[in-house]
Amino acid sequence: MAIEVDVLKRVPVREQEPKVRATNFEEVCLGYNKEEAEAEATRCLNCNNPQCQKGCPVAIDIPAFIQEVKVGNIEGAYQIISKSSALPAVCGRVCPQESQCEGKCIRGFKGDPVSIGKLERYVADTARQMGIKPNGATEKRNHKVAVIGSGPSGLTAAGDLAKMGYDVTIFEALHEAGGVLVYGIPEFRLPKDAVVKKEIENVKSLGVKIETDVVIGRSVTIDSLMKDEGFDAVFIGSGAGLPRFMHIPGEQAMGVFSANEFLTRSNLMKAFREDSTTPIMHPKKAVIVGGGNVAMDAARTALRLGAEVHVVYRRSEEELPARKEEVEHAKQEGIIFDLLTNPVEILADENGWVKGCRCIRMELGEPDESGRRSPVEVAGSEFDIECDCVIMSLGTSPNPLISSTTEGLEINRRKCIVAEEGNGQTSKKGVFAGGDAVTGAATVILAMGAGRAAAQGIDEYLKSLD
Amino acid sequence: MFKILERNVLAANIYQMVVEAPRVAAGCLPGQFLIVRVDNEGERIPLTICDYDREKGTVEIVVQSIGAETNQIAKMQTGDCFADIVGPLGNPSDLVKEDLEELKKKKIVFIAGGVGTAPVYPQAKWLKEHGVTADVIIGAKNKDLVILEERFKSVSNLYITTDDGSYGRSGMVTKCLQDLVDEGHQYDLCIAIGPMIMMKFVCKLTKELGIPTVVSMNTIMVDGTGMCGACRLTVGDEVKFACVDGPEFDGHLVDFDQAMNRMKLYATEEGRLRLAQEEGKTHHGGCGVCS
Ligand SMILES: Cc1cc2nc3c(=O)[nH]c(=O)nc-3n(C[C@H](O)[C@H](O)[C@H](O)COP(=O)(O)OP(=O)(O)OC[C@H]3O[C@@H](n4cnc5c(N)ncnc54)[C@H](O)[C@@H]3O)c2cc1C
Ligand SMILES: Cc1cc2nc3c(=O)[nH]c(=O)nc-3n(C[C@H](O)[C@H](O)[C@H](O)COP(=O)(O)OP(=O)(O)OC[C@H]3O[C@@H](n4cnc5c(N)ncnc54)[C@H](O)[C@@H]3O)c2cc1C
Ligand code: SF4
Ligand code: SF4
Ligand code: FES
Repeated sequence: MAIEVDVLKRVPVREQEPKVRATNFEEVCLGYNKEEAEAEATRCLNCNNPQCQKGCPVAIDIPAFIQEVKVGNIEGAYQIISKSSALPAVCGRVCPQESQCEGKCIRGFKGDPVSIGKLERYVADTARQMGIKPNGATEKRNHKVAVIGSGPSGLTAAGDLAKMGYDVTIFEALHEAGGVLVYGIPEFRLPKDAVVKKEIENVKSLGVKIETDVVIGRSVTIDSLMKDEGFDAVFIGSGAGLPRFMHIPGEQAMGVFSANEFLTRSNLMKAFREDSTTPIMHPKKAVIVGGGNVAMDAARTALRLGAEVHVVYRRSEEELPARKEEVEHAKQEGIIFDLLTNPVEILADENGWVKGCRCIRMELGEPDESGRRSPVEVAGSEFDIECDCVIMSLGTSPNPLISSTTEGLEINRRKCIVAEEGNGQTSKKGVFAGGDAVTGAATVILAMGAGRAAAQGIDEYLKSLD
Repeated sequence: MFKILERNVLAANIYQMVVEAPRVAAGCLPGQFLIVRVDNEGERIPLTICDYDREKGTVEIVVQSIGAETNQIAKMQTGDCFADIVGPLGNPSDLVKEDLEELKKKKIVFIAGGVGTAPVYPQAKWLKEHGVTADVIIGAKNKDLVILEERFKSVSNLYITTDDGSYGRSGMVTKCLQDLVDEGHQYDLCIAIGPMIMMKFVCKLTKELGIPTVVSMNTIMVDGTGMCGACRLTVGDEVKFACVDGPEFDGHLVDFDQAMNRMKLYATEEGRLRLAQEEGKTHHGGCGVCS
């Protein structure tokens, strides 16, 4: 049955009912089927000068792949996307499309932009079900490359280098590969077995070796990888995993967690499942501090564990840094937003457990250097939110383990590794870097783009050695 | 991978294992720890590295079975494999970084309690190999729970004390230290490793005695790489992560009451019962969990 298309409106995507999904960890968005995807594809004007492509950090040839979707050629669409993106099933799900590709789409002037992300996801998921894989190397190159970290930047760099014929090993500190994709972003947004594992298998199928349980800087250093283990070049994609706390009174009370701990227990250690041996707190009423994607993920995880959830954010709704879709989903599920509010103290009972969060109201003042109006406290406006759990989700910074153990590796004031933008070259010969480790916490697609650029940089560097 | 080559029962519920872990063995130093997972469903369990053999690529661990996961480890036999071992984690003990000549001038006393005895061994051994013989006090509830006695004898001046007086001296480790000082021993440095409650009282005493004291904090951990903050504790005025800033800290600055409180976070009824049973009324060897 053909779907009738209103050119001004997106073909709606099927989702789990908010009431139902608030109690399970299955994926919220069910994605397009063939009819829906082909119908949505007809909305693309196949622009001569596609603005959407300019909005995509890795410049996917969007109109070209959408034309293939329209005629039902999944393999063709997949190969077009693969030229620019190594993780389309992931990006289609988690990219902030409203500020990237879809934010620039011409259709968006008078109606809804084309659902580029959902189409990309449809292509990737269908290609996976059909068993379509990226093409491997045709010739071998005689160099070994070490990739540190198996997040989006590391996986992309490793995949690209393997396609060029290099002998690539990824070293990952955790027991499972995937970085934030496995430990941070929850199952209900990004299924681990069905999507992330498969994308990692694709990278492995290109010949990339993954050694888990190796903490670079502790188990072995970069210098020794290069000197003793014969790696000619190294890519650092170690992310920005160090959580920030507020340093307010009461933060050590029981029931206060970093979002990283809460999400890692739930996602990586599967603590949400009854059969998991890793414990997690099932809060009754949780306060999540922060307004980014991480905060939304922590909030929606706490909700699914049975809590009433308040998101406390010091600016207004407009400034919420999270993806719009996540905020919408969170609201539908019943999460309460306390905006223009900031915690000043965490209150504990006589046994040391959280019993409340003392907050202060904020108002927006003059714009700061980021252009956003900075929040200022409203004197005397303190009030208490009763709760048994507080989850700090204030952002993260790069872990100093690597920079402090690698000689001659320059870092900046924010502890980020200094690397050239076009090719990832660091201050140390043969060592390249990209992703959150260089930029600070950013996005999957930017990390991927950086991994890709560094793979080019490494290729040029290794050719110069021959 | 990570095969158990040797397994011995040291005392009731305390197991010693030698495990293949070449990357850990290659670079580890006294004071560091590792994280194991029994199988693919397992929790990540931090354990101190108690000895290592760089040539053979093996490390030694000593585990007290106390809860779900450590009970699993206790059941493992020679030839079985851990799904994961990652390490070495944490910083090496300050001792190994100190100037050797300075170190040789120092009189050092180790205080070891319960399974904390095992992590003291590599430090005492390292000192012996570098020409320093330290005093070691091992405290246990009773004779049957004294572990590693013979190995300690060969690397240190050993004092054993039991709560019930069934072996060695009688009383807790703090009494033993006080007695030694009263007997004329002078110490420039004390290193205490054991249950938090023991370290707390040792620190109280050494502060009075004016002996600088280092403790090793066995907090709750998840990743062990500085990513989750589960292991945070207050040292002086600062919040530190035990896994990357420690595990050893200046004992006189650690907020023990807070740290012990935080251990209760995931306390299970089963675990509480077990600890209470094992430690008896003396509460020697407690971690604050059953209080
Ligand atoms: C909860 C959460 C939700 C997010 N949601 C979104 C979203 O919706 N959309 C979006 O675009 N972005 C999102 N992000 C951001 C995005 O996930 C990151 O920007 C991206 O993952 C960065 O990729 P990376 O490869 O640089 O690092 P990471 O994904 O952080 O991977 C780094 C890897 O390196 C490993 N590592 C670190 N140190 C060492 C070491 N010393 N030795 C060996 N290995 C090491 C780590 O264990 C990790 O596996 C989210 C982030 C979080 C935490
Ligand atoms: C750096 C470090 C080094 C360690 N070294 C050793 C070692 O060499 N040998 C060893 O046997 N153990 C060591 N531990 C402690 C060990 O990790 C815990 O005993 C273990 O995690 C308990 O796991 P479980 O699943 O068996 O118990 P759970 O089922 O998780 O807990 C059972 C009960 O024990 C309590 N408990 C949890 N953790 C601890 C703890 N750290 N100490 C005391 N009680 C606890 C719980 O609150 C609970 O009531 C170390 C811990 C750290 C952080
Ligand atoms: S990768 Fe992200 S930004 Fe680029 S087209 Fe896909 S969804 Fe849009
Ligand atoms: S801007 Fe919109 S309509 Fe134009 S090519 Fe891109 S997706 Fe299609
Ligand atoms: S164990 Fe996670 S930060 Fe220390």
